[in-house]
Amino acid sequence: MAAEKPLTLNMRPDGAALDRAAYERAGGYGALRKALKMSPAEIVEEVKASTLRGRGGAGFPTGLKWSFVPVNAPHPRYLVANADEMEPGTFKDRLLLERNPHLLIEGMAIAGYATGTDVGYIFLRGEYKLAAARIANALAEAYAAGYLGANILGSGYGMELRLHLSAGRYMCGEETGMLNALEGKRANPRAKPPFPPVSGLFGKPTTINNVETLCNVPPIVANGAAWFRGLSRGKDGGTKLYGASGKVNRPGIWELPMGTTIRELLEEHAGGMLDGFRFRGLLPGGASTDFLVEQHLDTPMDFTEVQKAGSRMGTGTMIVLDDKTCPVGMTWNLTHFFAQESCGWCTPCWSGLGWAERVLKAMEEGQGQPGDLEKLAFQTRFWAPGHTFCALAPGAAEPLQSALKYFREDFERHITEGRCPWR
Amino acid sequence: MLSPEERAEIEAEFPHYPNRKAVCIDAMKIVQKRRGWVPDEALADIGELLGMSIADLDGVATFYNLIFRRPVGRHVIYVCDSVSCWIMGSDRQCGHLSERLGIQLGETTPDGRFTLIPIVCLGACDHAPVMMIDDDTHFDLTPARIDRILERYP
Ligand SMILES: Cc1cc2nc3c(=O)[nH]c(=O)nc-3n(C[C@H](O)[C@H](O)[C@H](O)COP(=O)(O)O)c2cc1C
Ligand code: SF4
Ligand code: FES
Repeated sequence: MAAEKPLTLNMRPDGAALDRAAYERAGGYGALRKALKMSPAEIVEEVKASTLRGRGGAGFPTGLKWSFVPVNAPHPRYLVANADEMEPGTFKDRLLLERNPHLLIEGMAIAGYATGTDVGYIFLRGEYKLAAARIANALAEAYAAGYLGANILGSGYGMELRLHLSAGRYMCGEETGMLNALEGKRANPRAKPPFPPVSGLFGKPTTINNVETLCNVPPIVANGAAWFRGLSRGKDGGTKLYGASGKVNRPGIWELPMGTTIRELLEEHAGGMLDGFRFRGLLPGGASTDFLVEQHLDTPMDFTEVQKAGSRMGTGTMIVLDDKTCPVGMTWNLTHFFAQESCGWCTPCWSGLGWAERVLKAMEEGQGQPGDLEKLAFQTRFWAPGHTFCALAPGAAEPLQSALKYFREDFERHITEGRCPWR
Repeated sequence: MLSPEERAEIEAEFPHYPNRKAVCIDAMKIVQKRRGWVPDEALADIGELLGMSIADLDGVATFYNLIFRRPVGRHVIYVCDSVSCWIMGSDRQCGHLSERLGIQLGETTPDGRFTLIPIVCLGACDHAPVMMIDDDTHFDLTPARIDRILERYP
């Protein structure tokens, strides 16, 4: 029987990690056994047919990504799980890492087999200490049972899997920045092409996927692509880990059908706004997504629909803005983050973000000038895709450009009144 | 000089990567785990072990938030200053910490007990405001909770 919540169903209610024995009792590693009897190409086809799209934020089709590793590509080949999760407002991968580490390991073993990978790394942000301990433990359990290492379950296929703890920087989550970090360098991004499937880690073919993406792989292989598509209410298959933070009654995280509407997430699952607070807007999926407002509440949360509404689903963890929180202050906080985390490579990013942060700070402190809003809006155009080396600057543009659109009056009041009306 | 334990722990990482240079971040973290920070002479020793220049190593060290090139207190307090915590009042919690400890962000108490630094989103936004002290994350902060938590770090 296939679960409707394949990622979270078997998690222990007491918050402890699901150990190997319990994971196996729930059918765990059955998908790996099945996968090893299929051909790698068959697995790639199944994942393509499932319509699984990357859960790291960009929504790239996972099966297609795997097919980019050329069949006769050289070895060693690498697979990297992106467990950096530094996008502000995002707390979904931590749940999977802490509570269901074997699901990630099984997903990586299957993804590794499908892409002919020799060595995998779990790139984990350094602050996730509990996750680190639990993954290390699960890795040892998986090796002991023959799910990892040379000749997995006697299949002739072998993969080593290592845990790498990051030293902390948002740019480590950008996939080529991550490869540099793994090589012991500064996490500046790399020029593309060549793309990682052709020349990635240590110059070898490399596949990079988000934790939640990889955790979806075992259930797809176990239950089939059609089942996976059927979990969703829309075009993008599967379930999604959705979350909400801010002044709502029940901030939290829920595994729900892909395409659950924003209103349902906000009202039913997050329990609506706290008493005395009214909803003003939200960032649907982390700091680097455009604000949505009241008129968008009936949008289904999936990659396709949120994009139509003018934003991105991103990581699917919503950050809610209420009427007692200053939108200018919030935008300043977000811009400060991006300015601080800029790697310094491209001028529009390091210089423009720093400048925008100073303008927003001045505005919040009552020093806003007429014309600031036009200049800020003009600036965000230089951060658009194509002007910079990586997607950090385009991500930074999203909350600012949309805040200027939806909360224009609030910005204007800061300038005309010479103070923040919320202070 | 690297201690024998430091050297052994760094060398144990070698088989996990195809070249030694890739181990440099781990190496600095191994030193920091024991000494609290990464002093200049440790950079020189790591450089010798891995075949890297001090300048290269320092370039890497300064890129990352969690590698300290200056001494820190016995305990490091990382307060989340990202958006969800900010909405939930992290400024006030941070102000309370500053006042209690008598230091600003980036400083260490005169008795060497605490260093206070900001950190980006700790991935616990549903329990904002959040801070981390050493290896422990603390959720749903209020001034009273902060006071109780601090007592656990002598
Ligand atoms: C600045 C920046 C930070 C990123 N951080 C993360 C991250 O922490 N986790 C993640 O999975 N993807 C992150 N991404 C997206 C990755 O570059 C990449 O698209 C993703 O890991 C691919 O996995 P997927 O196809 O499974 O989604 C980031 C991108 C950028 C530009
Ligand atoms: S956009 Fe920003 S973070 Fe990305 S490469 Fe350019 S400077 Fe670095
Ligand atoms: S914003 Fe503070 S934990 Fe996420």
